[in-house]
Amino acid sequence: MTLLKVENLSVEFQTNDGAVQAVKDLSFELERGHSLAIVGESGSGKSQTAFSIMGLLAENGRSSGRVLIEGKDILNLSTSELNTYRAEKMAMIFQDPMTSLNPYLRVSEQMVEVLVHHRGMQKWEAMARAITMLDAVRIPEAKNRVHMYPHEFSGGMRQRVMIAMALLCEPELLIADEPTTALDVTVQDQIMSLLGDLQKEFQMSLVLITHDLGVVAQSCEKVLVLYGGQLMEYDDIKPLFASPSHPYTQALLSAIPRLNQGDEELNAIPGDPPNMMNMPKGCPFSPRCAYVAENCRTDRPMVAPSGSGLRACHKPKGEFV
Amino acid sequence: MTAPEPILSVRNLSVVFDVARRGAMPWTPKDKLRAVDNISFDLYSGQTLGVVGESGCGKSTLARAIIRMLPAETGQVLWLGQDLLTTTDAAMKEKRRDLQMIFQDPLASLDPRMTIGEIVAEPLKTHLPQMSKKERAAEVRQVLEKVGILPNLINRYPHEFSGGQCQRIGIARALIINPKLIICDEPVSALDVSIQAQVINLLMELQSELGLSLVFIAHDLSVVKHISDRVMVLYLGNIVEFASSEDFYRRPLHPYAQALIASVPVPDPTVPKRPQDELIAGDLPSPINPPSGCVFRTRCRHATDICAEQKPTLDTTNEDHLVACHHWRQINAR
Repeated sequence: MTLLKVENLSVEFQTNDGAVQAVKDLSFELERGHSLAIVGESGSGKSQTAFSIMGLLAENGRSSGRVLIEGKDILNLSTSELNTYRAEKMAMIFQDPMTSLNPYLRVSEQMVEVLVHHRGMQKWEAMARAITMLDAVRIPEAKNRVHMYPHEFSGGMRQRVMIAMALLCEPELLIADEPTTALDVTVQDQIMSLLGDLQKEFQMSLVLITHDLGVVAQSCEKVLVLYGGQLMEYDDIKPLFASPSHPYTQALLSAIPRLNQGDEELNAIPGDPPNMMNMPKGCPFSPRCAYVAENCRTDRPMVAPSGSGLRACHKPKGEFV
Repeated sequence: MTAPEPILSVRNLSVVFDVARRGAMPWTPKDKLRAVDNISFDLYSGQTLGVVGESGCGKSTLARAIIRMLPAETGQVLWLGQDLLTTTDAAMKEKRRDLQMIFQDPLASLDPRMTIGEIVAEPLKTHLPQMSKKERAAEVRQVLEKVGILPNLINRYPHEFSGGQCQRIGIARALIINPKLIICDEPVSALDVSIQAQVINLLMELQSELGLSLVFIAHDLSVVKHISDRVMVLYLGNIVEFASSEDFYRRPLHPYAQALIASVPVPDPTVPKRPQDELIAGDLPSPINPPSGCVFRTRCRHATDICAEQKPTLDTTNEDHLVACHHWRQINAR
């Protein structure tokens, strides 16, 4: 059953230098209990997609299209209406746990607040639940540590606190926005494995936003590749890694330095990430694409089905590799 | 490995910070934090030394202590045989022509109120004040071209460039006075994957063209593998393993190094996930109060009593492969 359905989502920001389109005409779906990775470089619109789903866009941002949770459009709902969805139906964790936790409040107060507000629990009930949750994310001595302030935790532990807090009301959808980017690899490993376990345990759907294809490969079922705010490719994880059908996905995959690879030169993608103020007219990737043709520079490629997924490219699939 | 004389030799270098205790008064004694603990290594001309470890392991402190941006507690930093830690400030300024550094955050390391032309020209103004304006401009153009920045952008400001371009400008600033050694402190960590590869390729090209030596600091083992001749793994300020890159990646010996390599996510969905018990547990212990004996023992699966009692020495396993672990033989025999 489809839990989340995004239809023709566009996000636009009004800035002093004119309108900037961060996400353009994006559509995707997520089944209940499944996981989707949204992958892209900086400026690809991956975080803005998540923010508009959660209703967290900045003041000057406007989103259009439809975001359906269990069939109901939640885009541009009022804050109070949206609040019945947040925490209960969907929750989000962010890249930097230190700036997303309140430094003035003990972890206990922040967690209890959520349950008192959303579930109408008594404080003592909420406290017990908060401790169970910290246990669930494998924080040792949860009983004592619940009374600590965020700065008393290490980076990895702080991210666990964030996850525990997001799961308090057992949401059906968890959006994780670069949850491990600020962490060391060993801790990243712990957190990703924890997220995987929790997803099964709580039967959640997971949207993982990341720039790291390595993290994606080990933890998601479907992948959505964004560039310049537009869908480039969408497919199941295995075919996408085995035979990427979009030149951008191909280039991104071969640019990753790997441990099992020799000292030969890395395959860099030439040029720079797209400038949002000044997007190319046609395909956003055309200035950096190795297979670019004349029509790529002038016409935007349409998203079309291809094999088990979708792709947006003028060149037919068979003409690469 | 063939060069006879090392260009840089670090001997028993330690860096200690004073850290105020919680609720401390000005007269209470400070805690000591040993950020770099008794580190020695040699770097040969034209080679790259990769330094890896988690945050807080002392990588950046080591780099900064080498070029005297931080005071060292004990030890020697021998640059072509001369100790940098005891030279006068005037002589050190002269030495800094040979030793340049590039930083992690490309935008923050460029002065936002200077044009990139001014930024890149600044080392010339400092070290070669007699140079004429015209000559200087020519040098700037030349070096910008070398790093792939169009010289007609010379009058723009750093914020007009992308992260990758800013890092190129940082490299140009380091290159302009023809240094012999560049210390790169996480130069690609803040960049997108596609841009990372560009910057690494650029550094490798420049190195072979100009015969530079590099100290390349990173937390990403796959990046270090690409560029390094030798790799040093640090943990809480201590060297735990030090080997040629080829040797190290083929057969890492220290349990920490093994765990670190295993933690790198593999971009291949067909590779099965590793079981939970092989993950490295816990976090880095507090460096103010490091574990007794082996610093890694609190997170090590193989730790025994001896690890808590004695600090392991840096053993030479075969020519050029050093490892600091009491049990490396048993661990790797299996």
